[in-house]
Amino acid sequence: MIELTHYLIVAAILFTIGVCGIILNRKNIIVILMSVELILLAVNINLVAFSSFLGDLTGQIFSLFILTVAAAEAAIGLAILVTYYRNRGTIAVEDINLMKG
Amino acid sequence: MTPLSYAIAHSLPEIILAVGALGLLMLGAFRAGKGDWIISEAAIVVLGLALLSMFFQLGDKAIIWDGAFVDDAFARFMKALAIGGALVSLLLSREFMARNGIDQFEFPVLVLLATLGMSMLISAQSLIALYLGLELMSLALYVIAAFHRDNGRASEAGLKYFVLGSLSSGMLLYGASLLYGFAGTVSFTGIAQALQGSPSLGVIFGLVFVLAGLSFKMSIVPFHMWTPDVYEGAPTPVTAFFATAAKVAAVAVTVRIIITAFPGLQHEWRQIVVFVAILSMALGSFAAIGQTNIKRLMAYSSIGHMGFALVGLAAGTEQGVAGVMIYMAIYVLMTLGTFAAILSMRVGDRYVEDIADLAGLSRTNGLMAFVIAMMMFSLAGIPPLAGFFAKWYVFLAAINGNLYGLAVIGMLASVVAAFYYLRIVKIMYFDESARPFERANVEVTAVMAVMGLFVVIFSFFPGPAVVQAAAAAAKSLF
Repeated sequence: MIELTHYLIVAAILFTIGVCGIILNRKNIIVILMSVELILLAVNINLVAFSSFLGDLTGQIFSLFILTVAAAEAAIGLAILVTYYRNRGTIAVEDINLMKG
Repeated sequence: MTPLSYAIAHSLPEIILAVGALGLLMLGAFRAGKGDWIISEAAIVVLGLALLSMFFQLGDKAIIWDGAFVDDAFARFMKALAIGGALVSLLLSREFMARNGIDQFEFPVLVLLATLGMSMLISAQSLIALYLGLELMSLALYVIAAFHRDNGRASEAGLKYFVLGSLSSGMLLYGASLLYGFAGTVSFTGIAQALQGSPSLGVIFGLVFVLAGLSFKMSIVPFHMWTPDVYEGAPTPVTAFFATAAKVAAVAVTVRIIITAFPGLQHEWRQIVVFVAILSMALGSFAAIGQTNIKRLMAYSSIGHMGFALVGLAAGTEQGVAGVMIYMAIYVLMTLGTFAAILSMRVGDRYVEDIADLAGLSRTNGLMAFVIAMMMFSLAGIPPLAGFFAKWYVFLAAINGNLYGLAVIGMLASVVAAFYYLRIVKIMYFDESARPFERANVEVTAVMAVMGLFVVIFSFFPGPAVVQAAAAAAKSLF
């Protein structure tokens, strides 16, 4: 029997993979965009699982909003990435160093 | 059910901003001219109308749109600051954008959309409304950070802001999903009701994740890494917008969610807020000392100031919330004045940003040097100026809340911070002259003069009124 806890554990693992993908990744910014999507999907699993467990529709509505915003966010991220590539000719993470910090 | 007209009347500023932004987008798309000021001027008018419409919103708290949106005195105070900050930033932007060849019509439209997101955020009364307001604000801010798209530093700033900002939204959402699951509702008041009694571990995790996500937007240590780079790389008027309106919105929603949704968890959130406030004040004071770029210096300064504002929130009382509101009001005035001064730093056709470029300013432009000196004294918190009163009210609230250690650490941090503010004054008044600056245009000079005047006479003119309004507005949250 699959219970609420199982869904929460899967979501927590996905969330952790996403955060690690952003923080540990030294190669490519596209991987960072994929990690962000992974985090948002983890949140959606959480919300839908809670929604079904509580018998309350709000969580599913919330997750629909998140899907919509995630699409807009990915579009803006790729657009900024393209302007960055045109200026620098690279999208490697270690080359993002025009300003120290 | 509330009648539609009632709901519309209480969300008038948002409706004006939304209709204005979409209308100007259509107008801009059909006119499609560069160097065309109509859109920018119209956007300033729209922001002014939104500001004016708030004076007709009277009455107590109104919770509308199915419990997602609240209009109360606290929201009106913070919205006035955010919309005012946006208006002045737009006013400051015109010459800078034209000289850098980036005066496209999309910029004022994006500023309007970001401001709409901010005011939705300030009025958010449920987790869904909070998320949507936050994203509307952030998505517009990512784009305008990278607005100078032929400039390597601006697009790098936009990219860094986007990556760290979307990570923070993800953390905030994860916290929101846990809160929803363990409290069973997304409305702030509902969460407060559900959390009476001893909190479960899931709720604590949710609180920590939500606060981490909001700390990113406020640029509170340990989530401040993006701030110096984004402030340095983004076009200067955009930096002014980030430093004023965006900060006000983030602080406002943090105060609202902590006070209305977690009154039962005071012990838990106070530990977090005290901890990050101390770290921010310390980092803001020490890291700014070695900076040579004035925008980068202002970034560290803003990190420190957010730490001071959180001192008032840590008290968790009505007086503390009023202190935060007064702090934000004065912080916005000081920051806008300083950025007007930074936008006056132009040699030939080029804007300069190094602190060394200010050398000997008192001999080439005495008035500007005087205004910058007043801003720096005020940011450092020296008595008769506005910045002193800002710190006074938050520390008073902390002491009345028995947070003596926090108040002492805050005062020590402000002494350290005074060092780098005073260094700028020393460079302007006692160093050999650098090349003189060109004359700034009338809008920038006017903003600089008005903000300088406010900072100097704050204790007489706007001061008592602001303090009274903040005290009245803080009541509406409790």
